[in-house]
Amino acid sequence: MKKVIMGNHALSWGAQLGRAQVIAAYPITPQTQVVELLSEMCANKTLDAKFIKVESEHSAMAALLGASIAGARTFTATSAHGLALMHELLHWAAIGRLPVVMGNINRAMAPGWSIWTDQNDSLSQRDTGWMQYYCGSNQEVLDTTLQAFKVSEALSLPSMIMLDAFALSHTYEVVDIPDQGEVDKYLPPFQPKLRLSSADPHAFGGLTSPEHYFELRYMQQKDMELAPALIEKTGQEYEKAFGRKLGLIDDYQCQDAEVLFVTSGTAGYTARVAVDELRREGVKAGNCRLRVFRPFPFAKVREVVGRAGRVAVVDRNMSFGHHGIFYQEVKSALYGHADGLPVFGYVAGLGGRDITPETFKDIARDALSRKKTATAEEIVWIGVKK
Amino acid sequence: MSKEKTMRLTLPVEEYMGPGHLACQGCGATLAMRFVLKALGPKTALCFPACCWSVIDGPFPHSALEVSIFHCAFETAAASASGLKAGLEMTGDTETTVVAWAGDGGTFDIGIQALSGAAERNEDIIYVCYDNEAYMNTGIQRSSATPYGAWTTTTPVKHFKSRPKKDIDAILAAHRVPYQATASIAYPEDLVKKVKKAKDVRGTRFLHIYAPCPAGWKSRPEDTVKLARLVVQTGIFPLFEMEFGEKCALSIKVKDRKPVKDYIRLQGRFRHLTEEEIQHIQDDTDARWARLMKLCEA
Repeated sequence: MKKVIMGNHALSWGAQLGRAQVIAAYPITPQTQVVELLSEMCANKTLDAKFIKVESEHSAMAALLGASIAGARTFTATSAHGLALMHELLHWAAIGRLPVVMGNINRAMAPGWSIWTDQNDSLSQRDTGWMQYYCGSNQEVLDTTLQAFKVSEALSLPSMIMLDAFALSHTYEVVDIPDQGEVDKYLPPFQPKLRLSSADPHAFGGLTSPEHYFELRYMQQKDMELAPALIEKTGQEYEKAFGRKLGLIDDYQCQDAEVLFVTSGTAGYTARVAVDELRREGVKAGNCRLRVFRPFPFAKVREVVGRAGRVAVVDRNMSFGHHGIFYQEVKSALYGHADGLPVFGYVAGLGGRDITPETFKDIARDALSRKKTATAEEIVWIGVKK
Repeated sequence: MSKEKTMRLTLPVEEYMGPGHLACQGCGATLAMRFVLKALGPKTALCFPACCWSVIDGPFPHSALEVSIFHCAFETAAASASGLKAGLEMTGDTETTVVAWAGDGGTFDIGIQALSGAAERNEDIIYVCYDNEAYMNTGIQRSSATPYGAWTTTTPVKHFKSRPKKDIDAILAAHRVPYQATASIAYPEDLVKKVKKAKDVRGTRFLHIYAPCPAGWKSRPEDTVKLARLVVQTGIFPLFEMEFGEKCALSIKVKDRKPVKDYIRLQGRFRHLTEEEIQHIQDDTDARWARLMKLCEA
């Protein structure tokens, strides 16, 4: 069934088709339509779930951890300050090995209240142990939600699905909504390896001495290391069932690129337009959109980005006192694998400033005009008013 | 688990708390757990936020209790229990009683937002606050449950707590929860009766259990039960029940209230108080008692 829906509603549809059993959420702009539609779905009984209308995002995540330990499939959505408020419990979810799936609408942090997009909210949660997907279309949002449930539950690790505020959350696109029966085949009910039950009493998460804690974290990393292959595999299964691919990266014209953009989110689709225009102008451009940021797709990045002429990493985020975060990570992945490859960093579009094809063309011109040897410590803030 | 009928009390003989826990001598919170589990039975799941009980139960892989425990973040007892109940129901278990089990810090202070949210939504959980009147697990720092006059490590004698204890029961009554009660470990029959009653009520049930702490109160471990009795007999901590924020009824009637001094003088945390300061506590107790009597008549 094809429907024209907004990005936020693609998350709601994903949760309904994925048969989430417990939802707990708190409203925040620009996430509200996700939970509004879910409320209707629960009220209309098209979704058989308990929706706990909590008094804060902190309680939303806390409630889902309780529901998840009981073996229920859980879902929530938030944004920016709501995500920041959850921070403590994001650690709790990952270390507790509870496969919560959450939509996060990428919104800039205050002060200077901003409801517009950038990625500092979710990238600040980089080290909490959640898998992170960055989406570029409404279709991808729905598809990724189903994939995320599958991967999370297989690895007992939580997942976060990112949508750019307004640029995706409030943009209407045609979405192919898969048949429930087909989804049920792809995503069977959650079968937790461990669950809290009064029939078989156990204590979960008690005092853990240095004798044991270290190994728990090691096991967490070992399971996270299984994620890239599992994401590729579940993505191929998804393609087989529904005709759409869900890989770690989305590469476009990368094969022979003399300048290769590394992008994420909606900017990753804008970059494609710029690639086409640049190629018409005789510049061999390419675009590698990272769909998955955690686990970091090391092998794919080395394979696709490592063979480019020059690399321009475009960050809608900033690690103050360092670089854009994708820039840091791409350089780290290429270290020792692409000697002499110039990798340049660009910061663009913070707080919802538009990123247009022209932005990318400016970036391409800058990257191509630089001396190859200048693997710049200097990052360029595109379009900044000085 | 010993099932020998050795007790002459009218309490259930079953035990769901084993020996080998890590509580201090004379711990009131441990007695509270023992009595509550006797009343609730094995189909129970507990949510522990950070509190003495997150240590008392024992380190991984041990547990002193024969029921399931979900250790949750400090400020999340009520929210975690709400989710656990929803999760159990959605996976086919409608029978297990879900209990948020928190200390006074986790209830009166850092957890009050989640508690208020759960109480307003009328989540189908029992919330137990075992009240030892300070952050005992972290080393006796004042909480908003610490009474006027008490020494703690953050209210030194020269600057003892000058504000009264927060009235958490009135706050819960304002949420009109279906059932709430105060209880004391010195009155186990009354406590068990209330827990059993709470078990059969649907919606949010709040139990405020008075649980002395010898280490934090500088009292003798053997005085724990005595203090828990005196606090009721002086009228400082009256035992009552309420339904939907109304129908307040005393469950332990106290005819001739004992002077608060009898209670105060057994505790090192009040040692510095002058006669005038103790009189202030007496006057405040008398005024609160009069208000409660009015509420019970209404």
